Formats: sequence, structure tokens, C-alpha cells
Amino acid sequence: MADAKPRVKVPKTAAKGEVITLKTLISHQMESGQRKDKEGKTIPRQIINKFTCEYNGQPVFSCDLDPAVSANPYLEFTAKVEESGTFKFTWVDDDGSIYTAENELKVE
Amino acid sequence: MTLTRRDALGLAAGTVAFLTFGGKLAFAAAEETAAAISAFTGGKEPATGKITLDAPEIAENGNTVPVGVTVESPMTADDHVVSVMILAEGNPNPQVATFNFTLMSGTAEAKTRIRLAKTQNVVAIAKMSDGSTYIDKKEVKVTIGGCGG
Repeated sequence: MADAKPRVKVPKTAAKGEVITLKTLISHQMESGQRKDKEGKTIPRQIINKFTCEYNGQPVFSCDLDPAVSANPYLEFTAKVEESGTFKFTWVDDDGSIYTAENELKVE
Repeated sequence: MTLTRRDALGLAAGTVAFLTFGGKLAFAAAEETAAAISAFTGGKEPATGKITLDAPEIAENGNTVPVGVTVESPMTADDHVVSVMILAEGNPNPQVATFNFTLMSGTAEAKTRIRLAKTQNVVAIAKMSDGSTYIDKKEVKVTIGGCGG
């Protein structure tokens, strides 16, 4: 699905050692594989099955998603930051596509 | 319309068949949930406490039900939360999502939105770095199911 658009909300600055909240959302239909179309055929499953978040290359949080996660999967989690750097967010689609987003954070 | 003896028998047999089938489905789901829990905990019985599952009592729309988990933990190298699994007992597949935390997470808190097919128990299980597991359960009443039957 080419139109999957990731959106992330990360504060621009943080204090050293502060625990910040990160919010992410990606537009994706998360087709569960349970629904049927008008002809009664099952619509094949296509979901985001994996999400990861890294900070300066270090893993922060990851999530394995199943079809029971809503369309446009939303995830909120925290990160403890000690130094300035870049968050890298990755979403993996069932069809092998990978969507990424990056966000800089300044630690004062 | 008069009900002949043959009709009545057929109807009764149909009802019994339906009840057995329906009952079996519900049982399979509960068993699958139990299997998923024991696979996650390594066969151990999870304790209560430490983990809090935050879910609405009534969800009008089963397509997007906000749920959150919070696990009490200092999140240090010797004592932290490794992962939290969320299960929905009444869905076609009980697995919903698994959150994996690291020391850089700072806290073991996460929120997402999930689909619920009907009124059911939502279960959250936390796995700690020392291998202990904690469980919390909450019943969510669903007005409109979210599996697009």
C-alpha cells in the first residue's frame, strides 16, 4: 500500500534523563483477513505486523501487531533520553513494504 | 401452521446441533487464550498486581477501543519489564499486540487502539526481566462489533 503515511509526535527538546512520551500513527487499513467482499470472498489479510523505534541506533520500543489492532494503528510509548539524537520509527507491512519516519530531539 | 412430530424432532435436533457448535467455538477461544498465555509465560501461572490494564467499561464502537497498559517497575538493568502481551478472549484470534520494552523506554507504559468483536475480557500479561509474570483482566462491553462480519 503506497499511501501509508506515518505521523509522529515527539517533543522538540527535553531535559537530560527526562522520560518523554512519543505518539505515532500510520494511515493503513489493517485488513484483518476476516472480512468478506460483496461476492462473499474473503479479503486477504494485509496489516502492519511490526513496529520499532530506535534512538541513535539503540532500540527503545517495539511492538508485534496482530489483525486485532485497529485501522490506522496508533501507538503511544515513552523513551528516556540522555543525549541529543534522532528517533527512527519503522513500520513493516505484510507485503514486505517498510515505512519509516525520523525525528530529531535536542537534549538541553 | 401445525407442528408434526417429525418437524418437532428435526427442530430439536437442529437446536442441539447449534448449541453444541456454538458452545464448542466459545470453548476453543478460551482454550486458545489459555494456550497463548502459557506460551508467553512459559507454562507458569501469572501473578496479579504490578500491571494495570486501562480499557473503557463500555466501548460503543468495537473498531477502535483505546487500551493502555502500565507496569510498575524501576526499569533498571536488574529489574525491568521485557514485554507485555495483550489478548482479547472473544475475538476470532485472541492475539492483539505485544509490546517489547527496553531500558531506554524509561517506563513500561504503552497505549494503542484495538478491535473487539463483541463484549469480552481483555487480558494483559507482563513479563519481567527475572522471568516472573503478572496479569490483569478487564471486561469491555461492546455495542457494535469490530470484525466487519
